[in-house]
Amino acid sequence: MCDADNTTTKKTIRVATGDRAILPEGAKTIPVYIMGKKYEVPETLTIMKAMEYAGFKFLRGAGCRGGICGACPTVYRMAGDYKLHFGLACQTVVEADMYLAQIPFFPANRAEYNIEEIGGAAEAIHALYPELFRCVACNLCTKACPMDVDVLGYISALKQGNIKKAAELSFDCIQCGLCASRCMGEIPQYHIAQLARRVYGRYIQPRAEHLQKRVGEIESGKYDAMLQELSAMSKEDLEKCYVEREREPDLAPPGTWQPKETRYL
Amino acid sequence: MKISYYPGCTLKTKAANLEAAAVASLAVLGVEVEEIDRWNCCGAVFSLTADDLIHQVGPVRNLVRAKEKGADQLVTLCSMCYNTLARANRIVRDDTVKRDTINRFMDDEIDYAGEVEVVHMLTFLAREVGWQKIREAVKVPLTGLRVSPYYGCTLQRPADVGIEPFGSFSLMTGLLEALGATVVPFAAADTCCGSYQVLNGEGGAKSTAAVIINDAAQAGAEALATSCPLCEYNLGKRQEQLITSGQVEAPVPTFYFTQLLAVALGVAPESCLFDLNDAASLALLKNKNCLVAA
Ligand code: SF4
Ligand code: SF4
Ligand code: FES
Repeated sequence: MCDADNTTTKKTIRVATGDRAILPEGAKTIPVYIMGKKYEVPETLTIMKAMEYAGFKFLRGAGCRGGICGACPTVYRMAGDYKLHFGLACQTVVEADMYLAQIPFFPANRAEYNIEEIGGAAEAIHALYPELFRCVACNLCTKACPMDVDVLGYISALKQGNIKKAAELSFDCIQCGLCASRCMGEIPQYHIAQLARRVYGRYIQPRAEHLQKRVGEIESGKYDAMLQELSAMSKEDLEKCYVEREREPDLAPPGTWQPKETRYL
Repeated sequence: MKISYYPGCTLKTKAANLEAAAVASLAVLGVEVEEIDRWNCCGAVFSLTADDLIHQVGPVRNLVRAKEKGADQLVTLCSMCYNTLARANRIVRDDTVKRDTINRFMDDEIDYAGEVEVVHMLTFLAREVGWQKIREAVKVPLTGLRVSPYYGCTLQRPADVGIEPFGSFSLMTGLLEALGATVVPFAAADTCCGSYQVLNGEGGAKSTAAVIINDAAQAGAEALATSCPLCEYNLGKRQEQLITSGQVEAPVPTFYFTQLLAVALGVAPESCLFDLNDAASLALLKNKNCLVAA
């Protein structure tokens, strides 16, 4: 983010195109407060687009623009209300009288470890992040999470030594850091959850044997001939092949469908 | 019969034997155990700071979970969880100002005013199952096993949440007698095990633990029964060190009362997770023919 250019004011509503905000004809503008300063922005925009509309440029604090990278956490309050709200700037639509603050980074402690060495016991996680036990169950983390993750739930699961549960509960976490920004126990919840998912994947979750088998088949050259056959085809034959291909019906119960052509199985 | 149950973190890790034996026993006694959803740490130690209400939020949140389920009782096993939950419950029930403050802070939960009763498993067994029914369900009486009921601090203190009056040990005595054991009263039954002092320095905790173990042995006990993972740690897991250092003469194996209940009810020893106890424990039960034949 860098500073706003001050040419955007209430009076000059600009219609932007391309990767800039598009203002539909007749759209109303509403006041929002960015870092305490008032801007008029079109009411249909996301917080991120509205900030760009107001002249801010995101150098950091924006990534995917699709609600999945966790780069754009935003804290906001509505004028006159004590309540804090949390959201992703790229996903949350502006409302009138929002007071906005971006939290692109939060200084949360991250432990160093070698996943191959720490083993699969919960004690390893407890040793790397002893602050886990500072949790007072205030639940401010869960209330802040823009992904509706049960943060207190996964923190509790880890205190209970249940890595699987923590990995599953934290699955939707996008590492935005809003939970840590609210934590009374100064706990870096999302880093701990990431460690839990890594430990779960490395030590607890069953290996995908079918995948190993398939990789083995590929390496042994089982599919080489088929690939060569395809590569050698003319464009027309390839198209014909594609159009006539057999396809598993969308709703076929798993394991029930078999192609008529079994040569490639 | 069905109970809402709060386990506590330690019972899922280091004290899994306390829980496993209880759950197996209750199944034999026809009690269905329903663990409450989404429970969190009780806080372990009750906060004595009068204006530091944030430490009551954790325990109260668990009671909210029980209320949400429509439970009027929440049964728990660990002495410290019991103490922390019961005391937080008293605050919310009796102090309307603090109750309001806590409820307002927990605006993500339904309001709570102390509607759920926190019940220790010993109380539950005495009150809702009854010694008679337990006596009838015993398959392997603990005949000849001399056990001292050890309460430690948190089952009886303070008086307004104690499972029975200070100085009285009738609940664990009643249970052990129903199981056919010989109960050996001893003076240190409510002496502190050393608690978390072990973190400040091993010496103090060790000497208080030694007093308790030696006192029980002198009274003629060959085993201790407890309901607290921290007591079990200080008295049981560290007993070998106390013997090595000469502070304790002969071993007095430490059990959770639920393990003695389970073996008497004929639960297979593997289901009582004796590998989490001190090594002498299982050996003693074998010696005394207190285990169901494999
Ligand atoms: S758990 Fe924390 S870091 Fe993960 S998405 Fe939720 S608030 Fe963001
Ligand atoms: S914000 Fe921190 S202290 Fe509060 S419940 Fe979440 S992890 Fe626990
Ligand atoms: S930019 Fe990636 S989540 Fe918003």
